[in-house]
Amino acid sequence: MSDRPDIDRVTYWKTQIRRTSILLIVWFVVAYVMSIFLAETLNSISFGGIPFGFWMAQQGSIFVFVSLVLIYAVTADQLDKDAGVAESDDSTSAPGESH
Amino acid sequence: MSILTWTAIWVVITFSVYIGIAIWSRVADTKGFYVAGQGIPTVANGMAVGADWMSAASFISMAGLVSFMGFDGSVYLMGWTGGYVLLALLLAPYLRKFGKYTVPDFVGTRYYSDTARVVAAVAALFVSFTYVAGQMRGVGVVFSRFLGPFLEPLAAGLGVEVITIGVIIGMSIVALYAVLGGMKGVTWTQVTQYCVLIVAYMIPAVAIAFDLTGNPIPHGAIGEVLPRLDQLQTDLGLNAYSGPFANLDMLNVFCITFVLMTGTAGLPHVIVRFYTVRSVKAARWSAVWALVFIGILYTVAPAVAMFSRLEILQSFSELGAQGMAQQLGWVQNWTQAGLIESSNWGPNTSVQQLLNTIDQDIIVLATPELAGLSNWVVGLVAAGGLAAALSTASGLMIVISSSLAHDVYGEVINPEASEQRRLRVGRIAIFAGVVVAGLAGIYPLGFVAEVVAFAFGLAAASFFPILVLGIFWKKCNRQGAVAGMITGLAFTFIMIILMRAHVVTEGAIPDPIIETFFGVGAQGIGIVGMILNFAVTILVSLNTANPPQDVQDLVEQVRYPRELTDEELREVA
Repeated sequence: MSDRPDIDRVTYWKTQIRRTSILLIVWFVVAYVMSIFLAETLNSISFGGIPFGFWMAQQGSIFVFVSLVLIYAVTADQLDKDAGVAESDDSTSAPGESH
Repeated sequence: MSILTWTAIWVVITFSVYIGIAIWSRVADTKGFYVAGQGIPTVANGMAVGADWMSAASFISMAGLVSFMGFDGSVYLMGWTGGYVLLALLLAPYLRKFGKYTVPDFVGTRYYSDTARVVAAVAALFVSFTYVAGQMRGVGVVFSRFLGPFLEPLAAGLGVEVITIGVIIGMSIVALYAVLGGMKGVTWTQVTQYCVLIVAYMIPAVAIAFDLTGNPIPHGAIGEVLPRLDQLQTDLGLNAYSGPFANLDMLNVFCITFVLMTGTAGLPHVIVRFYTVRSVKAARWSAVWALVFIGILYTVAPAVAMFSRLEILQSFSELGAQGMAQQLGWVQNWTQAGLIESSNWGPNTSVQQLLNTIDQDIIVLATPELAGLSNWVVGLVAAGGLAAALSTASGLMIVISSSLAHDVYGEVINPEASEQRRLRVGRIAIFAGVVVAGLAGIYPLGFVAEVVAFAFGLAAASFFPILVLGIFWKKCNRQGAVAGMITGLAFTFIMIILMRAHVVTEGAIPDPIIETFFGVGAQGIGIVGMILNFAVTILVSLNTANPPQDVQDLVEQVRYPRELTDEELREVA
């Protein structure tokens, strides 16, 4: 790991919080706004033969959940490296050592 | 060969594999026992989380629930998957960095209080025991339905019911691999159990999709099946299957989904899985894999729900109820097994009466027969149901054991205990847990089933807020957390009792004391408890002293995957 990482740790945490918030907003919009609040309206749109509101509630939302968790894992790993706070591959924090 | 023979073959094969793994993965230290030496690869851990999570209810009952509820069944599909987004983004990586073994560990250390630790341990025990009793009962039911004729002579010889023999066999298997292998044995058996249950779920789903539409992929086949189903429902005078809010209003669909999601993220037996991986990075990827493996079953379940419903309604419109009872083999088989009451089906039976006499569990259990599949598939579905129940039961056993032996005994009663002594206490705790859970499966208590249904509300109202605030807000203190937890838990518990008084007292009080809380029913009430918990924790924390500096440093430390030095920590502050 280099001595001077690209971003400092205050920026690291702010970025982490901002990204987490954006992903959770998408989570809320997909699960609650599209699949519940607007389900009746969206059902008038046909999505491959299926009313769209229904498809979001029983299929689409689950695909989005998987994507959100995947995007989080990829971006968080990259952010760790940029801020120099990634774990090295051989040493891992053992229980009880963290404080 | 008959269904009975095939079931016996599958059960013997899968159980032998589980025992083989138990012997191969014996452990000798507490780290191996509680967190599998933190050496579980992420993909394997993802599968283990999936098996741990998907219980007998997910495997056997969920598709049936969705099939009978139509759109409104989405609360379970979204509720039990969307919670993993909260878990992955808000809890898993941070709790893994914190290290240690259990959720009460985090609560006790973060809120610098043995009282908080014991309260958390008791809450974890309470949730886990109610849950595990249901699993043991599930094992007994699968055994008696599918292997009844084999076990009847033995049961008659011992003077007990078949279901009791089933529970005892299931208990012995779980006790064997959990006591010997601890978390390591449990994890590797869960990986195998995931493979068994997903194969058992997919084969009938693919076959019936192909049978109905010529497209073997269930997710694609629904595009053709749903319009036919909606049309048929309308012709028969039912609501369209895809139309929302026929069984639950929008407010309750929202509240129940939210409670199931936040409850999922607060359940100790799910959270503890993320302690078993080797790093923070691995915890993030475990969550990805877990949700992929869970998503496979959860996106196929609604398809199975639609296919079976279409098959049933088509048979009804072609044959009528009387014709179905006389001509269809699966109706006769499942009437014998007690899951269909077709004795009263006559020429005038309406579609609603027909549906009311069919148990929802049929949807999964009878799918292979509906699709005309051979007997070996039916037997495999039974083995899949057992795998789902046993894997969840064993994960819960680890939580029960660690709450008792680690949090209560090792940290509070006898902190000086040696490594060997801790391991022995852990093993005794698992063994005792299995026996108690088994007894609860043999002698089921009415209120236990009731509490399982509300475990999510209780977890959402107690654990979720103080875990999230504990990680993201340094000034959150002991007074706030204890007050918040008690408020959330007490409010939710009392509301559930008031709304379910007629069930909890088994009719002694004939009606619910209150119907709803401003329109929110018992299943969704946890959301109000959770909001109260957040509000009380924040208000009390703001008006009392800040947590000690070393706790605030710990919260800072938990935010970064790598262990920071003291100088680095001070730099940020």
